[in-house]
Amino acid sequence: MQSFQYSKLQLYALFILRVFIGWYFLYEGLAKLLTPNWSAYGYLIDSKGVFAPLFVQLAGNAALLDVVNIINAWGLTLVGLSLILGLFTKIGYFSAIFFMLMFYLSHPPLLHAEYILPREGSYLWIDKNLIMLASTVVLVLFPTSGIIGLDSLLVRKRKS
Amino acid sequence: MSEEKNDIQKENADKPDKKVSQGRRDALKAMVAVPVLGAMAYGVYQKKKTEFTNRTAAEMFRFKGDVAAYTPTISDAPILRLGIIGYGIRGAQLMQALGFATPAYVENLKEQARINSENTRYQDFLEQEDLRIQITGVCDIFDVYAENAISAGSNTFREGLNGKYGPQPKRYLHYRELLAAPDVDAVVIAAPDHWHGTMAMDAIRAGKHVYVEKPMTWTVPETYALRTLVKENPHLVFQLGHQNRQIEAYERARQIIEKGLLGKITLIETGTNRNDPNGAWVYPIHEQASPENIDWKQFEGDPERIKEYMDYMTSAGVMKYVGPESRDKFKLERFFRWRCWWDYSTGLSGDLLTHEYDAMNQILNLGIPSSASSSGGVYFFKDGRTVPDVLQTVFEYKDKDLTMLYSATLANQFSRSRKIMGHDATMEVGNTLTVTVDPRTEQYRQKVDQGIIKPGEPFYTYVPGKSVDAVSTATERYFAERGLLYSFISGKRYNTTFLHLKEWIDCIRKGKQPSCNIDRGFEEAISAHMGTRAYLEGRTMYWDKDKEEITRE
Repeated sequence: MQSFQYSKLQLYALFILRVFIGWYFLYEGLAKLLTPNWSAYGYLIDSKGVFAPLFVQLAGNAALLDVVNIINAWGLTLVGLSLILGLFTKIGYFSAIFFMLMFYLSHPPLLHAEYILPREGSYLWIDKNLIMLASTVVLVLFPTSGIIGLDSLLVRKRKS
Repeated sequence: MSEEKNDIQKENADKPDKKVSQGRRDALKAMVAVPVLGAMAYGVYQKKKTEFTNRTAAEMFRFKGDVAAYTPTISDAPILRLGIIGYGIRGAQLMQALGFATPAYVENLKEQARINSENTRYQDFLEQEDLRIQITGVCDIFDVYAENAISAGSNTFREGLNGKYGPQPKRYLHYRELLAAPDVDAVVIAAPDHWHGTMAMDAIRAGKHVYVEKPMTWTVPETYALRTLVKENPHLVFQLGHQNRQIEAYERARQIIEKGLLGKITLIETGTNRNDPNGAWVYPIHEQASPENIDWKQFEGDPERIKEYMDYMTSAGVMKYVGPESRDKFKLERFFRWRCWWDYSTGLSGDLLTHEYDAMNQILNLGIPSSASSSGGVYFFKDGRTVPDVLQTVFEYKDKDLTMLYSATLANQFSRSRKIMGHDATMEVGNTLTVTVDPRTEQYRQKVDQGIIKPGEPFYTYVPGKSVDAVSTATERYFAERGLLYSFISGKRYNTTFLHLKEWIDCIRKGKQPSCNIDRGFEEAISAHMGTRAYLEGRTMYWDKDKEEITRE
């Protein structure tokens, strides 16, 4: 595991960013796990843009939809835990980037796209998903879990 | 970031003198984010607790197993032979709901499905249940429409162009000839308003079951005559075409009101908002239409009906609403846009108020109002029409301490929700239901004080086909409002016109009474006539309950 010589402030700032993104994922995952019969169906059929047919197809296939639902609920939860605890963050970061890419591609903030889910403001090309994706890329390049996080224990174990 | 800080950190092992304390600090650092999970757990617990209280509060609006399940048609049920009278806009829709459409129409559905994979109308049409009926006779007084009706009637296999078709139904030039045909068991009437009552009565006399489009009648006298005739022939099933009878949410609304959950209801607000020529009955005129292929004589109407109409218009002193063209003068506008003239139409009262009234009558058992007042005028579509394009009608139900307001415009389509307003809460009724508790409620005082119910905010939402409550609904409600959800039974989507026709057919097979029977039809027709007369005469109309008469005082 690679670590950088950060100033204290730099380290804390990166750590806080990691925990915040982790929190966001963890709650998104828990909320889905705790909602009886939660399904990605509505979100998927609301897809727009070039890849929309693909996502709509996912929604239409009952077996695939089940898989999508499980991956979403558990995946988001585990990514959240990983980022907050600083455990297996490499997998966590890349999964986070994968999720964000999927969310972005299914709901791209295009010029004329209007979405039902989620109901919020409208954006132009750059939306929260893309910002979160970029932030996660930054976190990959500036890792902190080797210093603050359970990964540091793994590192030491490997060294000793 | 400066170069030196980018250097790879030296391992702590390089500094053995600080090993112990450094190790402890590293362990602490490793665990520092763990309390965050505690915060998350606490937050989720609190959030769930709030939701649970809301859910418990919404519990009283829950009902179980209350909507009749969909019963499929028995696969060996005897074939019912149907005749169709009138194959205009509505007639074609009714036949489609019965499973019969022209090959050109099916081809168009296919094309739409090809262009847009999300458009499932073609698939829906194919999957719609076979009601085990045959179209044996059709009648339309415009040759082009009649030809279309024949090709739709023979399209038994729901094929597009160049498909395999079944036997062609016989075309009758006059509806009475169709009614005399022995191979017709039942008729669907979708002629213009001025023919509804007459054709329904003739059909009953000919021993046919009747499905007649709303409004039930054009004149007041024929309303009584039709009721008498239908009551004298209880073996014939009569259904008035208010497909809204099939909307599941209305049944739910009825139960909520029966339980007294809204408190004492004193005001109902309904309305119509449309803003396009089609919605204002400026329908396209068929390019092939001419005096040669339209039977104008038959279009004019039944002489007895016309006499009733003229007698009333004369005696009430409202002759300015008759015409302006003479009845026997062929005019394409009057044939295709007949709704614009009282000579054939019942105006907003008959066309659209009846839908609102019937919805409320279904939910609240309103019956006939004690009085009706109306106002309005031709304010936007100054195209020579005699029926108003803006209309307000107020019905009073003195014995129920209740007013129903109907407010319509054909020149604005701002969505105004249908509201049932009680002392404790207001219910908005559409495809979905929303209940908002009143800040001054007595019934829910305690829950409001405890903060469980927030007055003024939608407290309960019901989306048909889904289990929905106060906490998880915003998005689903939004789906429904955008028309992505339709009428549901046990979670399956149905076209309401199909359900309404099916109910009629099921009743014919089982000898039962349908939901919009002659009594509901009588209430609908009299209410609409009271509203119309109030508009025409510019004064309040009253209902004498004992004599069953519309009076002026």
